[in-house]
This record gives sequence, structure tokens and C-alpha cells, in this order.
Amino acid sequence: MRVIKLDKTKLVEYLRSLEEWGEVWGPVRKGEKFVFAKKDPSEFDLTARRTILPPKKFFVPPRFTMFSYRDGRWEEEFDESRRIIFGLHPCDIFGILILDRLFMEHYPDPYYIKRRKNTAILGFSCLPDEKCFCIATNTHSVEEGFDLFFSDVEGEFYLVWVGSSLGDDLTRIREDLFDEDVTEEDIERYIEWRRKRDKMFKTDLDLTGMPEIVEISYKRPIWEKIGEACLSCGSCSMVCPTCNCYNVVDENVFYEERIKRDRHWDSCMFKEYSLVAGGHNFREKRSDRLKLFYTHKLTGFMSQFGKPACVGCGRCVDACPVGINVPNVAKALKGEKVDAIWARGEE
Amino acid sequence: MNPYEMQRARIVRIYRLTDDVKFFQVRPYMGTEVCELNYRPGQFMMISLPGIGEAPFSISSTPSRPGLYEFCIRKVGRLTEKIFELKENAVIWLRGPYGNGFPVEQMEGHDLLIIMGGLGAAPLRSLLLYALDNRELFGKIYLLHGARTPDDMLFREEFLELMHRDDLVCLLTVDRDDTGRWPAYTGVVTELFRYVKGIDPKNTYAAVCGPPVMYKFVVEKLVELQIPKNQILMTLERRMKCGIGKCGHCAIEYIYTCLDGPVFTYWDVLHMKELI
Repeated sequence: MRVIKLDKTKLVEYLRSLEEWGEVWGPVRKGEKFVFAKKDPSEFDLTARRTILPPKKFFVPPRFTMFSYRDGRWEEEFDESRRIIFGLHPCDIFGILILDRLFMEHYPDPYYIKRRKNTAILGFSCLPDEKCFCIATNTHSVEEGFDLFFSDVEGEFYLVWVGSSLGDDLTRIREDLFDEDVTEEDIERYIEWRRKRDKMFKTDLDLTGMPEIVEISYKRPIWEKIGEACLSCGSCSMVCPTCNCYNVVDENVFYEERIKRDRHWDSCMFKEYSLVAGGHNFREKRSDRLKLFYTHKLTGFMSQFGKPACVGCGRCVDACPVGINVPNVAKALKGEKVDAIWARGEE
Repeated sequence: MNPYEMQRARIVRIYRLTDDVKFFQVRPYMGTEVCELNYRPGQFMMISLPGIGEAPFSISSTPSRPGLYEFCIRKVGRLTEKIFELKENAVIWLRGPYGNGFPVEQMEGHDLLIIMGGLGAAPLRSLLLYALDNRELFGKIYLLHGARTPDDMLFREEFLELMHRDDLVCLLTVDRDDTGRWPAYTGVVTELFRYVKGIDPKNTYAAVCGPPVMYKFVVEKLVELQIPKNQILMTLERRMKCGIGKCGHCAIEYIYTCLDGPVFTYWDVLHMKELI
């Protein structure tokens, strides 16, 4: 991989120059949290940890129109905008790689593919906080899935990994800002930075053997306990970088004399999720719905080729008001101590 | 190619099957010629009406009779209510076929037990007609069909006709005969197994579809007959919004009913926890 350097003081200038290719989006502060927003790059917050919503919102927006029906015909509607997303962390890039398999391999989804091809991914390195557990899911370092990746090792430069032909083109927009000379000292700094980063993880989560443990735990009463605490709010699915479920609805737009067919995010935590015609519900109970979610996150999804879909970003830890999240559920299934309302009285 | 894109089709004929079930013959707009429709028994299609929505429906016809798709639709919700209001010649929108369908090539050379209850006749009629149209490819064929009353039996007249054929055994039963003129059996569908004779269990495929309660009792009988578990096939229903493995609704553990099903074996059922 081509690795080059960028003077840290030139980052904003460089990102601004990319506006000639497309809209530039990056992490900005919103209250106590962060969101990806289209702003001037000087407003991007490089200390950002996880954003409220993962970057899936760029590829499968919360709601969008697939077709318009007018005069007896359906017309496809596509988002043609070109975007550069700066500041994606390794976990989020892994999340996109998982969505790529789902949306691009079998029956390729043209809505996803169009947005994906029109989006440049500029990763940025990060240091973990107390909610990060990407070291347990082995998604704390990326080697693919980005166009450029900026490693913020100590010193005056970012190391910039060029991950694709598009990434290469993007560096050539302002070739003058980059330095090809990665020195022995830079490499040593990078290795030292990695070592330091890996030591900063506070999580003691160990996901070894989880697929079998989930499998054998199917009927355990712990699921009922978690189910009793679950609010069925769906926050976990909304913030998860790999949750991709959606609903499809038709809507009459009378003033435009058209009908639109929209797709919007859905959640397996919602009661109607598995309801079929005639009123039979395959997952009436919250515990049954949680089992599906955690099977996908801890065992696998997408048929035979699927791997566990958790990338360790910690958003479910942040989002769930009652402490139902991947680390807590995994620990509870392994019989480890969990600090959550549903786990009290266990000892 | 946009896999969500629908194909325009025309309703050719509508029959009433029972009080709340109608039968629709649908012909895609593909020129004037009768065309081969490329699908397998047991597959399904997504049917849409603009402004109302889209839902999956089993195909009840067989690819061995080209030109038309046939659907057997019960009025149970918003979309099906609107479909019921349509007249012959109306336009509907289709996409598909989707799903694995029955492994008909593997089933060739075997005896067949086709067991249906209620709306289970919708997908299994496709398999039955396919086997009858390719009669020489299969061994003995048994059809076991149960309904509450003669009025509730889907394809009643069609199946009563089959009782006169000597190349299959057609066993029809109703829980209760309120007409006094029912020419076949009374009782639940599992009672019909006593008339199943002379099949070679190891060389038999059974296909089952019906209301959720039916599976347990029927499968017990099939296991008693010593039909191998991977030759007991069942076709399942789930909520679906895409049909192509994306929307997530039909997920069962890590598989998708729309891609890996809707036809599963009894072995799959024993090994996946949520199938039935």
C-alpha cells in the first residue's frame, strides 16, 4: 500500500480542496456527542469518538424513495451526490465492509451501490474510550475498505494510507501537500502508537467461543430476564453500524400526482417485525426478538458465509437505556458479572 | 438491473375458491406469445399495487403449463383487500420468482406424499401439478388434503376430479361435513395416513404445508413411516419486504427464508430453533 505523510497543519486546507470532488462530511460536536455533518473542515472534531449514527446513514439513509409511480409507470429514483466522509474509525469501516457483502453480493442493491460508489471513505485513527471493545471483535485496525486512512501518530505528520485508486486520485488533487518520505523514525512511532493504543482498552470482554455459547443458551432463562428489561425502543438497531433491516411503504403524494415507494429503517425489536398476514407473530415475545438480534451480532448472519456482525463500536453501550448491549449480553451468557438492571440479584 | 423493479402483469381470470380466498390467473406483459415462465414449484413472487404496497405470495401454478402465473390469495389485510376489489383485466405488478423452491430434480424417481391443510394448498398445488404433468418421472403419488368443511376446501372441485385418476391416490378430508353430500373422508388430515400403503419410505419425499399447528402432528406420522428427515420438506411463511435477502424480516437465526427457503427439510427444523 502506498503510505505518505501530510503535515498536520495542512489537513483543513487539504480537506477543503476535496470539495472539488464532492461534499465533504466529517465528525462535529453535537451537545455531548458527535455526528457526521457537512461543514467546513475547520469545524471537524478530531477527538471525536463514536458518532450517534454510524456511517450507514450515507449508504442506506433512514428514509429514502426507491420509486415514483406516475402515469402507470414506476421510475427509479437515485441519489447522485458525491460525498467524501472524513473521520471514519476502523470499526465503522468494518461495518461498511459487512454491509457491502449484504447489499452488493447477492441480488446487488442498486441504491446502495450507487451511493457507495459516489462516496469516498477517509478513515481516521482513534484511541479507545471505556465503551470501545473493537479489540475483542478484532476490528481495531483496518487494511481495506477505505480510500485514504489518516493515522494520527505523535509528531507533526499524519501517516496517510492510500487504499484505493480513488484514494490515489484524491491525494493528487493537492500532491504538493504530501510527503512521500516515510522515515524509519515514522515507522517506529507508528508501531509505538499501536502498542500504546492497544494498552488503552479498558474492556475485559472476551468473545472467544461466543457462537457455540449463544447456540447452547437458546432456552436459558437469562433471555427472559433481559426481555423483561427491554423497552423495545429499537435504539440498538438504529445506532448499530451493521443493522440493515428496513420496511417498505407506499405513500400518495397527491399534490405531485405521484405515489412514492419509500424504504425506511426498521428494527427487529419492534413487535410488528415478524408479524404475518392473519395475525400470527413469529416473535411475539421481546426475548425472542433479542435472541435474533444477538444471534446476528454474536454468531453470524447472511447464511453460510456470514460472520458475527458486531464491530465493537460501543454504540449499543451508549444507546440502550437499560444496559442491554453486546458486552453485557455476551458476559451474562458466559456467566460473568454484569452491572445492569436486569442482572441484579444474580449473585 | 434493479432487483426491486416490478413487471407489469394483467389479471386474466379470477375464480372464487372459498368465502375469503380467490384464485387469480395472471399474465405478464411480454408480447402476444405464450411464454415459458422460469420458476420452480415452491417459489414465490412479490405482488404490488401502487399506493398500497407489496407482499410475498406463493405461486400455485406449475411451470409445466406456460403463459400464466396462478395465485391463491386470502383476504387478510390491506393489500389483499385491494387485490380482491380488482376485476379481470386489471393491472398488477410482479417481481420474482424468489426462494429455493422444491428440489424437483432430486425428487425424481421417488414416491411423493403431498400433505396440505388450509392455505397450504397454495404452494403445494404447484408441486402436485408439476408431478402430474411429469408423471413418468415420479413413483407413487399421494395427495392428502384437509379442510374444516367442504366449503373451506381450496381447489375442491379440481381435487375431487383427481379422485378418479388411477395414477395417484387423492385423499381428501374435512373436519366436519355440514352439507351431507361430501363424497370423501371426514376427520383430521393425520387420520388419512392409514390409507397410505405400499410406499418405499427410504425412497419417498414428503411435502407438507399448512397452518403452524398441523406440522407437529403430520411430521410425527412421517417420522413413524420412517421417511428420512431430509426428505420431509416443508414450506414456511414469514414476513418479507424484499424477497432478496436484504430487509431482514424473514431472518431465522442466521438464514433468510426468502433466499435459503421457503422450502426447508425436517432436519433443518430440528437443527434451526425457530423454524416451526
